[in-house]
Amino acid sequence: MWVYEKRLEYPVKIKTCNPKMAKYIITQYGGPDGELAASLRYLSQRFSMPTNEAKGILNDVGTEELAHLEMVGSIVYQLTKDVPADVMEKAGLGAYYSDHDHAIYPMSASGVPFNAACLQSKGDPIADLVEDLAAEQKARATYENLINLSDDPDVIDPLRFLREREIVHFQRFGEALRIVQDRLSEKKHFVAKPPGNPD
Amino acid sequence: MELEREQLLKEIMATDFSAFDLHLYLDTHPCDQRALMLYYSYVQKSGYLKNQYERQYGPLNSPRFFNSYRWQWIDSPWPWERQ
Repeated sequence: MWVYEKRLEYPVKIKTCNPKMAKYIITQYGGPDGELAASLRYLSQRFSMPTNEAKGILNDVGTEELAHLEMVGSIVYQLTKDVPADVMEKAGLGAYYSDHDHAIYPMSASGVPFNAACLQSKGDPIADLVEDLAAEQKARATYENLINLSDDPDVIDPLRFLREREIVHFQRFGEALRIVQDRLSEKKHFVAKPPGNPD
Repeated sequence: MELEREQLLKEIMATDFSAFDLHLYLDTHPCDQRALMLYYSYVQKSGYLKNQYERQYGPLNSPRFFNSYRWQWIDSPWPWERQ
């Protein structure tokens, strides 16, 4: 069950509006490698994991991704707050503004609405954990791209934090994968066959 | 007043973050005694700071103890607002 704490995981204090950046950063809200995809992926995969370490880490990283989702939403919100319609339109957000005004809507940078097809919950622990490793790398790379696109330190600061978290998650998932592999290979210990069974 | 609130909240965020990062580490290293003890020290510090914060500036979590005839939970600022 989830409990909400009334604060962000890391501060987001953006002083200058920039709807053009918002159009790109929204991809980490509702895009294929974004925080919503990550949290749904991990929170869905945790049910069928065979070891407690994997259940724990998927549960807890999945929860942290929801906090990241909130941060990305806050960044987009602050970048577009009170921006008039004509400025939104000039920045390429005319279509977005038409449908969503200044609301936050989960979609990618190219306008594709959030879709669970970008994630898998395979039930095979190796497949799932290897996908999670890839997901963290994709998220890290996306944050690097967004950092490259921005020149505002108020924007780069939280993006840098989010990028670093992806690296830590990658490390934790690697450990979970190793533990699962060790545990699965343990189960293959061969004991003497019961008498009467053909070889 | 606002600056003090921000600074206290920042300290809470930093302490809680240290605790949470250890929390993730402990998920895959459940027997690491040093990490365990460090985790609890951060949690203890966080609890102390949060008591201070909530007394002055309102709740961070759903209130567990009565302290006002107003439901302060809904008060500004909300975390995503520019402050």
